[in-house]
Amino acid sequence: MKYSFFLGCIAPLRYPGLEAATRLLFKELGIELLDLKGASCCPAPGVFGSFDLWNWLLVAARNLSIAEEQNVDAMVICNGCYATLQEAYHLLGKPERLEAVNKVLSQIGRNYQRRTGVKHVVEVLMQKEVWDKILSLKKRPLGGLKIAVHYGCHYLKPSKVRGHESPETPYHIDNMVKDLGAEPVEYVDKLMCCGAGGGVRSGNSDEARQFTLTKIENARKAGADLIVHPCAFCHFQLDTGQQELLDQGLLKEPLPVILITQLIGLALGMKPEALGLNLNKIPHNYLSRL
Amino acid sequence: MKTLYACIQCGTCSGSCPAGRYTNLRTRLIVRNIQLGLRENVLGSDDLWACTTCYTCQERCPRNIMITDIVRVARNIAFEEGHAKKPHLYVAHMFINTGHSIKFADEHRKLRESVNVSSVPPTVLSYPEAMEEISKLTELSGFKKKVLEREG
Repeated sequence: MKYSFFLGCIAPLRYPGLEAATRLLFKELGIELLDLKGASCCPAPGVFGSFDLWNWLLVAARNLSIAEEQNVDAMVICNGCYATLQEAYHLLGKPERLEAVNKVLSQIGRNYQRRTGVKHVVEVLMQKEVWDKILSLKKRPLGGLKIAVHYGCHYLKPSKVRGHESPETPYHIDNMVKDLGAEPVEYVDKLMCCGAGGGVRSGNSDEARQFTLTKIENARKAGADLIVHPCAFCHFQLDTGQQELLDQGLLKEPLPVILITQLIGLALGMKPEALGLNLNKIPHNYLSRL
Repeated sequence: MKTLYACIQCGTCSGSCPAGRYTNLRTRLIVRNIQLGLRENVLGSDDLWACTTCYTCQERCPRNIMITDIVRVARNIAFEEGHAKKPHLYVAHMFINTGHSIKFADEHRKLRESVNVSSVPPTVLSYPEAMEEISKLTELSGFKKKVLEREG
């Protein structure tokens, strides 16, 4: 099993712990991660998709073409990257659109034939053989931890394009949490956005933080010790956004956030610093209880 | 875009919209204004940029209108007609100049080294020829010109 690791922007440039944890986990699982050499921003679906859809599609196709050259699917750890690359793959299923895109790509020496596409890290991890291996490697019990799952928007939606589970009642990550020995908690407005998408974090950060505040307070009320999610961009908003809310005096009790690959790394007995948990702004207080 | 003419103004979109709790964004109104061809009401309004593109409205629309995708198309027109916000233009510039949407500085390099990953990621930042491709691509797509015009 082999994938080309599409890093995006937030993971490699702001939260390299997310990248490091994913690399460590995949090494432990014996799944090879190639470098998607020369990749750019995906480009972000709600920002660049909102500016110029044609440019967005061309850049996405270039990124996909690099993984295709390596004969593997790209793998992402960000719902934003997933939204762009998966939707681009979907849109390029129309032959005349693919042809138009390749006409431009040929001028930079590239070509994309849609032989390979993109997988979200959650899709990769929940394959039976992979998940069985993870469970067989469990070393650190997570018993007693209450975890609020945040799915983010674009892993699930638009559901007609993504084609996973119900966008109203998803359960895959909750099941992962349960299998790892922790307790998933239900909370009000669980499926609400982190607030950052669509260019809102860059264009109107106060609005983005209001989403975040609601989300954190709801998860807190449900007794959560931490939030687990599958997305580097949500991680950025939920972690950095909470620090900003603390600085503004709008939030009293923050909640640590963790990417699914970091949580699995913890369950496999990896050191929190190796997983980059210390690079988060909101400290992972619960670690002393493990 | 054509799907929006099926809108019966039921309001499921506005009722489901998390951004509508904190801002003046009224998704139903955006759809109505587009139906009626009231361009400036849509394109000139900040509300258009309050949507986080979470797709809840699109998922729940009983008429299967691709609402979020339509918001994105409306934003493309707004961007072209000069309604882009300053911080958005900054992000656009960042991409055109570096291939990433955010800055990479020494402090970020150090963060990377602290978790034992390569000090510069194997992205466009490590491959100048890849940056040339991105630069040419944004030229061929017309995006670079659009962004530079806005700056002027």
